[in-house]
Amino acid sequence: MGYVKLPIGPQHPALKEPENFTITLDGERVVNVDIRIGYIHRGIEKLMETRTYTQNLYLVERICGICSYAHVYNFTQNVEEILGLQIPKRAEYIRTLFLELERLHSHFLWLGVAGHEIGFDTLFMYTWQDREVVQDLLEMISGNRVNYAMNAIGGVRRDVSQEHRKKVLESMDYLEKRAEFYKNVAINEKTILARAENVGILKPQVALRLTAVGPTARASGISVDIRKDDPYASYLDTPFEVITTDTNDVLGRVVVRVLEIVESIKIIRYLMEHLPEGDILKKAPRKIPEGESISHTEAPRGEDIHYLHSNGTEKPDRYKVRTPTLANLPATAEMLKETYLADVPIIVAAIDPCMGCMDRVLLLKDGQEKPGELISGEQLRRYGIKWYAERGWNA
Amino acid sequence: MERIDILLSIVYLLLFPGFLFLFAFSLFTEYLDRKIYARIQRRVGPPFLQPFADLVKLSAKEDIVPEKAEHFMFTAAPLIGLAAIFAAFLYLPIVSTTGLHSFNGDLVVVLYLLTIPTLAMFLGGWYSGNVFGQKGGMRVASLLFSYEIPFFLALLTPALLQGSWKMADITRFEATHPLEFVVSLLGFFIGLIALQGKLERLPFDIPEAETEIVAGPLVEYSGRRLALFRLARDAEMVVGAGLIAVVFLAGPEPILPLEPVYLSWLVAALVFLLKTLFVIFLLILLKSAVARIRTDQMISFAYQWLIPLTLVQIFIAIIVRFFGGI
Amino acid sequence: MKTPGKMLPKIIGFIFRKPVTVRYPKERLTPPATLRGKMKFHLDRCISCGLCARDCPSGACTMHEIEAKKRPVFDLDYCTFCAQCAESCPKDAIEMTAEFELAHYKKGEAIVK
Repeated sequence: MGYVKLPIGPQHPALKEPENFTITLDGERVVNVDIRIGYIHRGIEKLMETRTYTQNLYLVERICGICSYAHVYNFTQNVEEILGLQIPKRAEYIRTLFLELERLHSHFLWLGVAGHEIGFDTLFMYTWQDREVVQDLLEMISGNRVNYAMNAIGGVRRDVSQEHRKKVLESMDYLEKRAEFYKNVAINEKTILARAENVGILKPQVALRLTAVGPTARASGISVDIRKDDPYASYLDTPFEVITTDTNDVLGRVVVRVLEIVESIKIIRYLMEHLPEGDILKKAPRKIPEGESISHTEAPRGEDIHYLHSNGTEKPDRYKVRTPTLANLPATAEMLKETYLADVPIIVAAIDPCMGCMDRVLLLKDGQEKPGELISGEQLRRYGIKWYAERGWNA
Repeated sequence: MERIDILLSIVYLLLFPGFLFLFAFSLFTEYLDRKIYARIQRRVGPPFLQPFADLVKLSAKEDIVPEKAEHFMFTAAPLIGLAAIFAAFLYLPIVSTTGLHSFNGDLVVVLYLLTIPTLAMFLGGWYSGNVFGQKGGMRVASLLFSYEIPFFLALLTPALLQGSWKMADITRFEATHPLEFVVSLLGFFIGLIALQGKLERLPFDIPEAETEIVAGPLVEYSGRRLALFRLARDAEMVVGAGLIAVVFLAGPEPILPLEPVYLSWLVAALVFLLKTLFVIFLLILLKSAVARIRTDQMISFAYQWLIPLTLVQIFIAIIVRFFGGI
Repeated sequence: MKTPGKMLPKIIGFIFRKPVTVRYPKERLTPPATLRGKMKFHLDRCISCGLCARDCPSGACTMHEIEAKKRPVFDLDYCTFCAQCAESCPKDAIEMTAEFELAHYKKGEAIVK
């Protein structure tokens, strides 16, 4: 019946967030994929310029619902860098604890989502049940379940008590057993293997050329992990290994994530056993001196880069975020080539996409992408004022 | 005398064990399916009347026929499917050794009638004018033979062993020769797996794959028509499981000669119900710990494993029969 | 061995066990006491400095003149429960409680004064 164009998205059960994958099909085989982004651009970067640094702590957290802490960590690291503020060691440990707890719950969540994409709802229910254990820990320590509001500029806002430590260590024992169980399921369950093995191949050279990051790159045998390559927080103290596999397929991405769960548990155990005494917060001024800073962390999905330019006021002058999903999208288009329609959801899910975090504005002219023009910040500001004035709105 | 016969036939047809019974039992099966599935996943699961409530709610919803859809076929498809299932149900022996009507070859008729809902599904998807629906319809059609052939062949094994195409004879034979079940054990499991494919349940729910093609053939259906399709699906599960219970597990047999005759009917129906529920329970377990496989994988699975194994089973049956039967 | 249904033997027993989820309004899980829920405002401690309103990231906390005293009013419709107000308050006049069931019918019904 010739080629059929199947629109996956902007609204589709396989995608949790609205983006468009137009797939050209020859029967069940994928001939071509056209990825179009820009459906949920939220303008957070611009909005941040209108708020104080304290208020931005909570806005920057809302870039992503899953890896919220990686973003807020980047933000505080940037601000502290410009201030030249050295935060207390105990605060650094608590921040690392949160980064790792977040990786745990993100990877459990991803395992479930991947299971759901291939119709394995039972796996989905079980992993989310275990994720709940991590969420309870986060809730217990920070008071919130998703956007923890844990960081302040100069440290953390809440301390980890002796009781919390015991509870965290107990939960880690339980989660370690569960991670072992999921590893066994992932590499021994025939139906999962049928759907994951040799699916969504990404060769190491291609992964490098297309700037894949995080577990996606590590599953292609590229040992890239910001925690090791450019240690931040207290990763220099903690012993852990960078997990890589060389299968280059979806199964490799599953295995990498399950083994990273085990590594995270190891890190958390170390942190809880070696938690130093001391303060958790240093007072920081409201006004940040002029300067610029760039910070990158290993979010659960890969390298997350934040850039801050300050101008000596209470508010940032420019803020820029590049989340891991944007870096992984070109590789996704490559992975989707020459696959089956049935593999599309799991391949897209395998990069653990977070569309809302990465979205960019896309200018369209007659349905085609407009070639970009480079304009200065000042020009953009004037354009904005004009745009609002033309419509009679208050800028 | 004749009048009472007609009356009894009407009761049989409409109330018990006819349409009303099938309707109630289908909804109960859906409840069981969802509840046990939920419990395995450590969820609470739906309350007892949920399937019925869903059906009522769907019936009250707005019923949309898309502009691009072929109106007649789009409307007719769910009705054809449901009618075929209800017709097939009447041939199953439930309260006695025979169904409403029994003749040599009724097994084949039931098997054929059970194929029609799949075709209705294909037609409904194809004529819905939606690209997801058509894709789903294509998948329904292309998978048809991968489970239909093993299902037919597996269910014919007991008939081969006994030498009759009549369900009444098969159940009778099985009730007197329990060893027959052991000989056709392989066929029983092949029948179960093929039935799972027929019902488009995990791991074979390829035509409906939610995360790939939304709901496949059902994507444009809403309101009453969707309710009919869902009812047809539930009823198909009951009839399919019932057929396996009849062919492999001797259906309502052994029938006890109780007085009055109504009592023996009730006991027979109970035995049939328990056997059907056992088959349904196995179907639920089958879906609870697997991922959905791909179209090509399902076809190669059917041709590499299911069909050769079915042939082995038939070969066993022929040999057993050649050496004087059981 | 690589077989389908690998999980099944381990999970089949759960059919007869109590589920993990609860039927919410009938059964409730207790949140930890550290939860950042609905805030409690102590008027007697307030010195009308307005730091809470200044730092509020979502505009939930605003200063109003009530009974000849400037004091914060919290509109929970806007609140993100980050507890920055409690943090900013120099006199600890704002306190977060573990109350989290804050559903209501109309906008502006959930106001803490």
